Amino acid sequence: MQTETTYNYKVVRQFAIMAVVWGIVGMLVGVLIAAQLVWPQLNFPQLGEWFHFGRLRPLHTNAVIFAFGGSALFATSYYVVQRTCHTRLFAPGLAAFTFWGWQLVIVLAALSLPLGFTTAKEYAELEWPIDILITLVWVAYAVVFFGTIAKRQVSHIYVANWFYGAFIIAVALLHVVNSAEVPVLAAGLLTPKSYSAYAGAQDAMVQWWYGHNAVGFFLTAGFLGMMYYFVPKQAGRPVYSYRLSVVHFWALIFTYMWAGPHHLHYTALPDWTQSLGMIFSLILLAPSWGGMINGIMTLSGAWHKLRDDPILKFLIVSLSFYGMSTFEGPMMSVKTVNALSHYTDWTVGHVHSGALGWVAMVTIGSLYYLIPRLYGKVEMYSKDLVTAHFWIATIGIVLYIASMWISGVMQGLMWRATNPDGTLTYAFVEAVKASYPFWTIRVLGGLLFLTGMLVMAYNVFKTVAGAKPVDAPVLAPAHA
Amino acid sequence: MDINDLRSLVTVLSFLCFIGICVWAYSRAAKPAFEEAARLPFLEDDDPVLANDHKEGN
Repeated sequence: MQTETTYNYKVVRQFAIMAVVWGIVGMLVGVLIAAQLVWPQLNFPQLGEWFHFGRLRPLHTNAVIFAFGGSALFATSYYVVQRTCHTRLFAPGLAAFTFWGWQLVIVLAALSLPLGFTTAKEYAELEWPIDILITLVWVAYAVVFFGTIAKRQVSHIYVANWFYGAFIIAVALLHVVNSAEVPVLAAGLLTPKSYSAYAGAQDAMVQWWYGHNAVGFFLTAGFLGMMYYFVPKQAGRPVYSYRLSVVHFWALIFTYMWAGPHHLHYTALPDWTQSLGMIFSLILLAPSWGGMINGIMTLSGAWHKLRDDPILKFLIVSLSFYGMSTFEGPMMSVKTVNALSHYTDWTVGHVHSGALGWVAMVTIGSLYYLIPRLYGKVEMYSKDLVTAHFWIATIGIVLYIASMWISGVMQGLMWRATNPDGTLTYAFVEAVKASYPFWTIRVLGGLLFLTGMLVMAYNVFKTVAGAKPVDAPVLAPAHA
Repeated sequence: MDINDLRSLVTVLSFLCFIGICVWAYSRAAKPAFEEAARLPFLEDDDPVLANDHKEGN
């Protein structure tokens, strides 16, 4: 039965296209800062301090996490919540505000970070005026999302929406608590500079409670919402076990919040807190692998589809990387392993195995599913280019993480090596020198991944150019 | 009873709650509802790509 209204795809289209644009921008900055480590003159010191590694590195992380990942999460969550609730998006005006507000946040970040405005909190560098804007956008996002769920035409709330919902609530909580800060007054006037409301070890703990849950809820729960909708849709069969998805959800919710202290091993943080963080990180292996198995097994009985469907390749390989990095993560949270890995490139490799392998791959797969449908098409302009993108991106990731594993373990071993008389065997700069070849390979890996994104941009342009935006009609559920 | 007893209590109650969720999720009674829920994304066959898949797969 067809009703007269259509789904609100406008805001989905806007966020989907901007996800591709910001992906390219963020990864371009990433390639630049990777190259700066090999060729320091790329810091452009003669132009001023604006392009230095220290200024651009937070720009890279903010752009890929919040601009690329964030736009993709907005786009897919708005699409999924409408289609699984069989109703049009609640409060379309507020939805439009989330789009323009979020773009403004991104532009302000791109301006303020190179200018040197930073709270110096990792992944929360943006200063207080931008923090307030983020809060407003996020509240609007929550109203639109949960408002849509409230007016759903089916009784059950599909599991993807549970993950998206948890992501929205948790990120609101994390952002508000960690961004509590005191603006600096100068001559009686407010300045854009602020200092954290917390001090010392408490500040560190709040920061990494935020930091790790940004990984857990922004980069995991949100993208699992994507996985639970787009993997079944593209595979053409329901998720392997819906019961497992329920247990997966609650296990993740109950454990993720406590894993943060593993970022502060061997610091001034109380020892018991470090051990607690380590234990909860180890427990996290179970729900993570439960989710991975659930996603991959959705394809059981239809494995042949992997052979000639590049979108499924993206989705299934993303789950493999998810499994890999959620095994590596708990292992690295073990204190004795962390003693070797912490502060080395191993951490950087781990993060990118998750960020490129899991987050970016599942996003790219979902966008390739989504974008043609938003323009009334069955598939992308060129399937061959999607396949090419898949292989270029995969080779890029493998080069990136393999080089970082080697340089990371090497750095850890060189830093801890001592002579019989107790002195250090290597000066720090010797480890830096030994890292150059691996940093060069990393640039190549990143460059390949960026090239894949450019192929995607061309393919998206050819798909969208000249096509009319189409809003699908809202369909009453078959059994209603 | 001090604040630490309360903290332990919350941890134990959370754990029991989680066990309860597992038992409920895998109970026989919940099975048909979950199977129906899993089909939620497929309630509308307006998608030309998937319309073909259904004929061939399920």
